[in-house]
Amino acid sequence: MEVDLSTTLCGVRLPNPTVLASGILGLSHEMMVRVARCGAGAVTSKSCSLKPRAGYPNPTVLEWGPGLINAVGLSNPGVEVMVEEIQAAREKLTPLGVPVIASIFAETIYEFGTIARFISEARPDLIEVNISCPNIDDRYRLMFAADPYVAAQVTRRVKQNTDIPVLVKLSPNVTDIVRIAQAVVEAGADGITAINSVGPGIILDIETCRPLLAHGSGGLSGPGIRPIAVRCVYEICKAVDVPVVAVGGVTTGRDVVEMLLVGATAVGIGSAVYYRGIEVFRMVCEELREYMERNGYRDLGAFRGRALAYAL
Amino acid sequence: MDGRSLMRFNRVNEHEVNLPQTVRIREIREETRTIRSFVLDVELEGSVPGQFIMLWLPGVDEKPMSIAWPAPLTVTVARVGPFSAALHQRKEGDRVGWRGPYGRGFSLLPERPAVLIGGGCGVTPLYFLAARAVEQNISTIVALGAHTALDLPYVERFRALHGVELVLTTDDGSLGRRGFVTTVVSELLDQAPLPPAIYACGPEPMLVALYKVCRERNIPGQFSLERYMKCGFGVCGQCALDGLLVCRDGPVFDAAQLDGLHEFGQYQRSAAGRRLPLR
Repeated sequence: MEVDLSTTLCGVRLPNPTVLASGILGLSHEMMVRVARCGAGAVTSKSCSLKPRAGYPNPTVLEWGPGLINAVGLSNPGVEVMVEEIQAAREKLTPLGVPVIASIFAETIYEFGTIARFISEARPDLIEVNISCPNIDDRYRLMFAADPYVAAQVTRRVKQNTDIPVLVKLSPNVTDIVRIAQAVVEAGADGITAINSVGPGIILDIETCRPLLAHGSGGLSGPGIRPIAVRCVYEICKAVDVPVVAVGGVTTGRDVVEMLLVGATAVGIGSAVYYRGIEVFRMVCEELREYMERNGYRDLGAFRGRALAYAL
Repeated sequence: MDGRSLMRFNRVNEHEVNLPQTVRIREIREETRTIRSFVLDVELEGSVPGQFIMLWLPGVDEKPMSIAWPAPLTVTVARVGPFSAALHQRKEGDRVGWRGPYGRGFSLLPERPAVLIGGGCGVTPLYFLAARAVEQNISTIVALGAHTALDLPYVERFRALHGVELVLTTDDGSLGRRGFVTTVVSELLDQAPLPPAIYACGPEPMLVALYKVCRERNIPGQFSLERYMKCGFGVCGQCALDGLLVCRDGPVFDAAQLDGLHEFGQYQRSAAGRRLPLR
């Protein structure tokens, strides 16, 4: 049986539903191209800001068993450099049919508009607005994704400054993610990416009594947070009518199926690159294909959202 | 959770844990005026020459360091910047953190004589490699170079290796022959009884020169590279060298992997991820 893995995200065709999640390998066009050649259906660049940021000192990313913990501090070379990287990535990836998603963040609501306009020069296929990094220093103390009104304002600002479809990336570290999702959709978001890392959490070195991360606390990702991500995606897909890119601990084809069953349109893969290498994208697609063949599903639409019928 | 990850979770086997483990510095050895070896209170079995650890100075930073010797775990560090200066201030008995081993190390080709070429502090993983080559009865020549005698650690240790031919060069002639180590390489290669293989670690301009020698003579070469790193295990992308990750695909690369790379010998990345000319 011929199985079709393709999916359409805000009008953009992906050859398969796997998406390189933001913050993983997406610093240079060469790495984005390699990830695409390893089977990713789309790639997301590392979140960039107007000015370069060195981020926090190391340790910034650690593996602790159930997943990773990170406080990189949104290090990035700045939007000028990322525009070039995204342009270069698009030149190589458009012929392969793999879209490029540009992730952006800013320090103020106003600045989100500026950076959206700037990054649009690179003509990414989609823009992902990161309003949900948990590793914020004092200046950012209020995470934009924590408040429905602020999240909506950011979304509106970005939408006013670009004609490219916009995904807003939400945080699980809120009382009610549905309220935030509804607010950004009402403000014009074309889609939602959920979830950013969980926490933040702390791991200590008990000999020196210090946190292991230089920043102290960091966001959790990887297999240990997957059930939280599934629940968030489930709730969002029940409540709003825009496509959702499901991110959070997805490591195998089985996990991709789970996200599609709760209504996801595409599925982000990040920490799994650690567990299974860059080849994870191809592996996951093979596992997904095997599931579909076994169940007689010709395309993703045949089973997408099926779990939504079962009340929480 | 499978057995292996459960073990990791419970830290039954410390060496499989990716979280930094803090251990005491068992011994500090003064190698030269600017280079010190730090012997940690841990035995790192099962690592390969050319692999690295992430060395953590609590409250300071964490950096990749070549494994100079695995058991007891030893790193040899030149004082070049704020991190190494802070490390040099540590005393025996102080605690430092480590995690690893990471990356792909050297892989000795048993059928070929080994020509090991090191520059400056890059000679230390080659000592680990030379010891393995001797164990495997591989005919081994070691060529070490540095600016001055003060920049060249491990000379006595290399001399003590049985059956290894040692050639030394310094830019100022303060030890061994005057000149670059790369200039004596051609002679060494001509001398080798069988087609040899090159194993190199040191400053990148030296590695570029040796890479060219390998390609011209059509002999295998393995090169240990260095880049700024964050995670050390292949997710952050900070150490990208074109489409290769120095931390996971390297840090030791075959000559063929370096073909056509435009960043090799040219660019490195800052902590922000900006591409900067290699100094």
